[in-house]
Amino acid sequence: MSAAFLVASAFLASAVEFVEALTIVLAAGLARGWRSSLTGAGVAAVALAVIVSALGPALTVIPLSALRLVVGGLLLVFGLQWLRKAILRASGFKALHDEDEIFARELAEAETAARVERAGLDWYGFTLSFKGVLLEGLEVAFIVLTFGSTQGSIPLAAVGAAVALVLVAGVGIAVRAPLARVPENWMKFAVGAMLTTFGIFWSAEGAGADWPGSDAALLGVLVFVCALSAGLVRLLRRQRRLSLALAEA
Amino acid sequence: MRCVAAFGRFWWDFVVGDDWVVAVSVAAAIGLTAAIAAEDVAAWWLMPVAVALVLYSSLRRATR
Repeated sequence: MSAAFLVASAFLASAVEFVEALTIVLAAGLARGWRSSLTGAGVAAVALAVIVSALGPALTVIPLSALRLVVGGLLLVFGLQWLRKAILRASGFKALHDEDEIFARELAEAETAARVERAGLDWYGFTLSFKGVLLEGLEVAFIVLTFGSTQGSIPLAAVGAAVALVLVAGVGIAVRAPLARVPENWMKFAVGAMLTTFGIFWSAEGAGADWPGSDAALLGVLVFVCALSAGLVRLLRRQRRLSLALAEA
Repeated sequence: MRCVAAFGRFWWDFVVGDDWVVAVSVAAAIGLTAAIAAEDVAAWWLMPVAVALVLYSSLRRATR
């Protein structure tokens, strides 16, 4: 069960990040030329591959309990960040993530930037694409390495990320437009819940606690995190309605 | 020196984000879990309870 959970988590988290990277690469490509944009994305992919291949084997030599303690804590802090934003979005306190709007903004900025050529490439298009893919890709690498190493299977987590990459890149090439129809906000909610679930489970286990039912407790923790998040969304929605009503009165 | 500071800031923003209280509270909860578990007492329940409290208080701060 935890293997399926691992692949699903890596897939969902990676898909969300790849959708965001695709938006940036598309904007850079359309406004500044595909050669610079795709070269930037390619160089960033190579840099990411170097980071993953250097850190991946290094993580596997750390004792599992120490790894779970540190990685569990990091994942929990990281996951709570995602979950917090997702709850604020779902309750109306934060604007929903809109790929169309982000694409339009990136495109407008890219079209007005001055043209500087370096190494035969449009430098703005190259760096925009490079930074976008590197930063979004770092989140994917972080998730794949932490999930994979603590579950003892980096390749399995990498499979989830690779499937997401092929799917998002394939659809992106086919439609040549930002993937605005992807239910990104709900996917981010799901990723936040999964990161928090794994973070709770591993940090407690790394600290020396024993879960009742061992790995099966993961499902119980996931149900708890989802119920908690749904309750907090409902609470904040009511709070927002009340404050809006008070402001109108 | 500026590069090191920028690198540190990037990782801080990347992992901790805009509410550092969450990170400190999580670290404290992990420490408490380790202390209870070291006494051979069931400690698995502490992290879920801590997460509920930390998330609630973080959202309260964000919406105040």
